[in-house]
Amino acid sequence: MDKVKKAELENHAREIRARIIKMITLAGSGHPGGSLSLVEILVYLFFEKIKRTRQNALDENRDRFVLSKGHGVPALYAIFAQIGLLKDKDLENFRKLGSKLQGHPDRIKLPYVEASTGSLGQGLSVAVGMAIAAKLKKKDYRIYCVLGDGEIQQGQVWEALMSAPKFNLDNLYVFLDYNKIQLDDWVDKIMPIEPLGSKIESFNWKVYQINGHNFDEIHDVFNKIDQGDQKPKFIIAHTIKGKGVSFMENEVKWHGIAPNREESKKALKELYT
Amino acid sequence: MKATRQSFGEALIELGARYDNLVVLDADLLKSVNTHGFAQRFPQRFIQMGIAESNMLGVAAGLALSGFIPFACSFASFLSGRYETIRISVAYSKANVKIVGTHCGVGIGEDGHTQMGLEDISIMRNLPGITVIQPVDDIETRQAVEFAIHHDHAVYLRLTRQPVEQVNKDDYRFEWGKGVVLKEGSDILLLATGALVYNVLQAARELEKENIHARVVNIHTIKPIDRALLLKQIKKTKRIMTFEDHSIIGGLGSAVAEVISEQESVGLKRIGINDTFGESGSMEELYRKFGFDKESIKQSIKRFLRRD
Repeated sequence: MDKVKKAELENHAREIRARIIKMITLAGSGHPGGSLSLVEILVYLFFEKIKRTRQNALDENRDRFVLSKGHGVPALYAIFAQIGLLKDKDLENFRKLGSKLQGHPDRIKLPYVEASTGSLGQGLSVAVGMAIAAKLKKKDYRIYCVLGDGEIQQGQVWEALMSAPKFNLDNLYVFLDYNKIQLDDWVDKIMPIEPLGSKIESFNWKVYQINGHNFDEIHDVFNKIDQGDQKPKFIIAHTIKGKGVSFMENEVKWHGIAPNREESKKALKELYT
Repeated sequence: MKATRQSFGEALIELGARYDNLVVLDADLLKSVNTHGFAQRFPQRFIQMGIAESNMLGVAAGLALSGFIPFACSFASFLSGRYETIRISVAYSKANVKIVGTHCGVGIGEDGHTQMGLEDISIMRNLPGITVIQPVDDIETRQAVEFAIHHDHAVYLRLTRQPVEQVNKDDYRFEWGKGVVLKEGSDILLLATGALVYNVLQAARELEKENIHARVVNIHTIKPIDRALLLKQIKKTKRIMTFEDHSIIGGLGSAVAEVISEQESVGLKRIGINDTFGESGSMEELYRKFGFDKESIKQSIKRFLRRD
């Protein structure tokens, strides 16, 4: 991908990380680790693929995006702010009483959210339903869905994985934010999900593995994806929990706690140097 | 006599021709649930999901959020077992999904407990925004299915495996949320739902000979319960009985008890989350909003004692 474009996306990523940190600090609670690991995936999808704007945000033929790992929602709200769907003032109300920015995504309070998620394991099923709907309507919009790695321990995810190839859902693109850590500990210790690529391939998906923080690799995977292939796509994006903030990276404890003011300041300083 | 699941299957074929956004999802029970007719007639709009009800309900939600009217069908027991998916992907998302549970109650017979929907009303009834309907006969079922299509919210439809007698007259008009008085009487009020309505009506007719005059009402809509009817009736009679092929915990009986026990003359007041969703906020703010803090508790006590 060209250098100017890449620099632009990297700039978005930095702004979004800063917003995530500020939002969670102000709320006093939230999930920084799994929000920070998501950033490049979301930036690429929203700026390069979905191309969401204020004008097309509720268009019937828009690409859909389902954040199945609902606790990563600060990253999504930050994207919405970056696009102009939300104001920075709105972000200040994250998790507050009466706010449209609920602790987990709520499509009724905030219509730019495509599906209410947060109870892990359900989002992929909803995305499969949306992909079937697009086929029934003979529309060519795409459905993007992001799963968490711990999330795929849920049985319903495998029901959904089994079902998508049956309906030839080549319009369904699933990203796994594979940051290797879940709430209690490393995924491998809690309940191993490996070997992952072969497992999902054997469910009849087209599987790709990339570095989920590298825009060139995210860009290349879309070039590689064979448009004529009827299989749904599953992109295992290897990421780092807490990416971008040195003291949060690969630390289990930053799954679900807010930084204090001092830690927040330190994090923001790191992002801008 | 006709099973309400059969009436449902016939209604689907008829309505499928009129509503091209109606889709039907099945979990390997199309012959039992009676969606095979629809499947044959409209194969494009019939979606076979296999024995995976959680995914079926989530997929139905995705279809609903894309403008379709999905009917997600299985046995009542299997659907209510997928509560968490219904709670978030359907109820909280306000997805316009029609959940159809057949094989309700012990009335299914020989298959036994595992296949009997005995807690489904209770489970569906506590989810905000989902209406719970149990039609009594063929005529009412057909109209309830059409109502479900027009109703722009999630619906739970509870249907029988076994054939049921016709209770309503041929010119019957289904009215959502309204109890149907089938027999007059002033000694006692008998509220029944589903397959038991006919038996209750027969029993009440025979009791006339023993000088017991019962009023019989068919409660097809269990949520929202017909509050106005109940409040009017309890002024006339203090004796009420409820009949349902379902657990008495959380079913029709509970719905009725919730209304009448909160009348002043009886004196129970329940404080809790009143048929709505939770939300984000600090614990203190939320306790204040939902009336759980000390001041709110004092006020609700005084209000109930009429000393406010």
